[in-house]
Amino acid sequence: MQFDLTETQQMLRDTCREFAARELVPNARRWDEEHRFPEEAVKKLGELGLMGVAVPEEWGGAGADNVSYALAMEEISRGCASTGVIMSVNNSLYCDPVLRYGTDEQKRKWLIPFARGEKLGCFGLTEPEAGSDAAAQKTTAVRDGDHYVINGAKNWITNGTRADAIVLFAMTNKEAGNRGISAFLVDLNAPGVTRAPADRKLGISASESCSLFFENVRVPAENLLGKEGEGFKVAMSTLDGGRIGIAAQALGIARAAFEDALAYSKERKSFGKPISQHQAISFMLADMATEIDAARLLVLRAAALKDQGVRHSAESSMAKLYASEMSHRVTHKAIQIHGGYGYSKEYDVERYYRDSRITEIYEGTSEIQRIVISASLLRS
Amino acid sequence: MNFELNELQIAIRDTARKFAEERLAPGARERDRKEIFPREEILEMARLGLMGVNVPEAYGGAEAGAVAYSLALSEIARGDASAAVTMGVTNMCAELICAAGTEEQKRKYVTRLTSGEYVAGAFALSEPQAGSDPAAMTTTAERRGDRWVLNGAKQWITSGDVAGVIVVWAKTDPSAGSKGISCFLVEGGTPGLTVGKPEDKMGLRASHTVPLLFEDCEIPAENLLGQEGEGFKWAMRALDGGRIGIASQSIGIAQAALEASIAYAKERQAFGRPIADFQAIAFKLADMKTELEAARLLTLRAAWMKDRGVRFTREASMAKVFASEAANRVAAEAVQIHGGYGYVDEFPVERHLRDVRVTTIYEGTSEIQRVVIARELLR
Repeated sequence: MQFDLTETQQMLRDTCREFAARELVPNARRWDEEHRFPEEAVKKLGELGLMGVAVPEEWGGAGADNVSYALAMEEISRGCASTGVIMSVNNSLYCDPVLRYGTDEQKRKWLIPFARGEKLGCFGLTEPEAGSDAAAQKTTAVRDGDHYVINGAKNWITNGTRADAIVLFAMTNKEAGNRGISAFLVDLNAPGVTRAPADRKLGISASESCSLFFENVRVPAENLLGKEGEGFKVAMSTLDGGRIGIAAQALGIARAAFEDALAYSKERKSFGKPISQHQAISFMLADMATEIDAARLLVLRAAALKDQGVRHSAESSMAKLYASEMSHRVTHKAIQIHGGYGYSKEYDVERYYRDSRITEIYEGTSEIQRIVISASLLRS
Repeated sequence: MNFELNELQIAIRDTARKFAEERLAPGARERDRKEIFPREEILEMARLGLMGVNVPEAYGGAEAGAVAYSLALSEIARGDASAAVTMGVTNMCAELICAAGTEEQKRKYVTRLTSGEYVAGAFALSEPQAGSDPAAMTTTAERRGDRWVLNGAKQWITSGDVAGVIVVWAKTDPSAGSKGISCFLVEGGTPGLTVGKPEDKMGLRASHTVPLLFEDCEIPAENLLGQEGEGFKWAMRALDGGRIGIASQSIGIAQAALEASIAYAKERQAFGRPIADFQAIAFKLADMKTELEAARLLTLRAAWMKDRGVRFTREASMAKVFASEAANRVAAEAVQIHGGYGYVDEFPVERHLRDVRVTTIYEGTSEIQRVVIARELLR
């Protein structure tokens, strides 16, 4: 049992913390208001190795572990949750499955520039009529000679507006349910791909998600990621890791809310003393800090298990479920502590509250996490 | 960052688990019903090293550290929460005497606690009118020659009637507030010490809780523990560790409640299938498990910090408030999952719910933990 970070982990965390304070915090409110994709910041993330944190250096990444990745995600999201999700999607949902399932040839083309941050990746599983229930998807890939021909639509694709490539899921055998799904590496600038305008969202407004349409898109057969019919496995194992990223994002948002609320409570006076001296407020702060620590321990445990290469589905789900719902409670309380100011765009806490809301939904809703956790409990 | 246990920790945990499953759990209901103190079982626990898990071997302890202690206490609580609180208080006393005592005090009292010669130790801080606010205590100790003379009343003293030694806090300088409090070692059966009527409690019914009355109770001068006026400091330090103990106890009770619920949900049928197949039930199990895991990590982190010798006041309070409140939710849901059967003592979960209720109260209420955490945050 060892709760200390290694020196490398601390260094990366501190680098991210400084970067967030310098580059993200001063801009995040404006980016949110203007719905502006943080292009410069994302480029700098790439230069820092943060677009492929846990990707080995030979494949263009920083060569760090998943604990480091979780720490980095928390710090970046503490500065700007939109930047956090852009980073998380490229790391967890794009680079990670390419690293784990890709051939060396695929990795040279589809991983190195993405892990370096020169290109941007995304992940296409969800459809208009198939979110949590991946087997209900309608996108098809039909073999035609040495190509697959893909038809269908994908929804809520984060980074979809700008991404160069996508890990795309499609049915290669409709009768086979989950086992009929395959994963493909698809160039999003290929003929037949159309991108809808960015979605208008409640929060994480500086990140862009959109619908993608695939109309007779011809994909070379060598772009199959993993084996035919292995797509569901690719998707689920990817989400096990992705959930660590989103849990860390939720944690970062909560920490921003807590830190702002703590600072405000020391300044703001009522009844002749700082409101932090009223138990009504200080007890909220105590609960926020406690739940943040609990969430961080769950997140880091899941990341440490991933680093050990052992199965961590239930632990990732527990981390994701707890951290996201915790983040909702903590950001809610941060607004409460700020009173009227908390509801105003003059302060950041209303943004944190909006940003945190999505963490309970994407990469598996809270309900899906509970299915994963209860299934693991009832299996044993 | 490494969440794996070492061999010694695993060995202590497994010893405690085996003992709890074989020797505690089977009789727990009967002892709860009849309020039977598990004397024999406690003595066996002492022989297994469980009465001084984090106490040096020189004084009969297992010297296995605070993480091992937390794991062991959780396992014992999973079998019988009453035995666990008895174990927790005895360990806390032994550790406190090790930290604050003279060599002679350690040789005399700690070895008796760890060996089982004393079936228990007791920790007498609370009073009828002074719980969370110990500086408000009115018990006094007056120096007369080579004796201290204690007068006053203590309340809610776990094992106070069976303890071989009781750590007692009293004011030696009533004008000095918390700096006027000192700490003493009083042997059970000392003249002038009267044990009051045992409390009739909602839970933990196989542990004993009594009021103690000190009337010109004389003890030798050498039974002052630590320096005069240091009592408050030692009480707070002991409680930091004690809170890890109560958090661990909460986790053990909640674990038992969760396991009972999983087993029941797989067996019990409704509408033609096991109730575990309904999301209404399965999702409760998922939440119980998640909160329990979070509680466990917070508790082990605090214990790990204690082992490292760094300040862990905030982390112990976080572990205590979170684990005890989570465990209360878990036990309440366990009863709900069991339906009517959860309300009768044919199943263990109604006992778990009664047993766990006190964990948000003793060794610092949830409210006191929040005061501690907030104070640390605002420092």
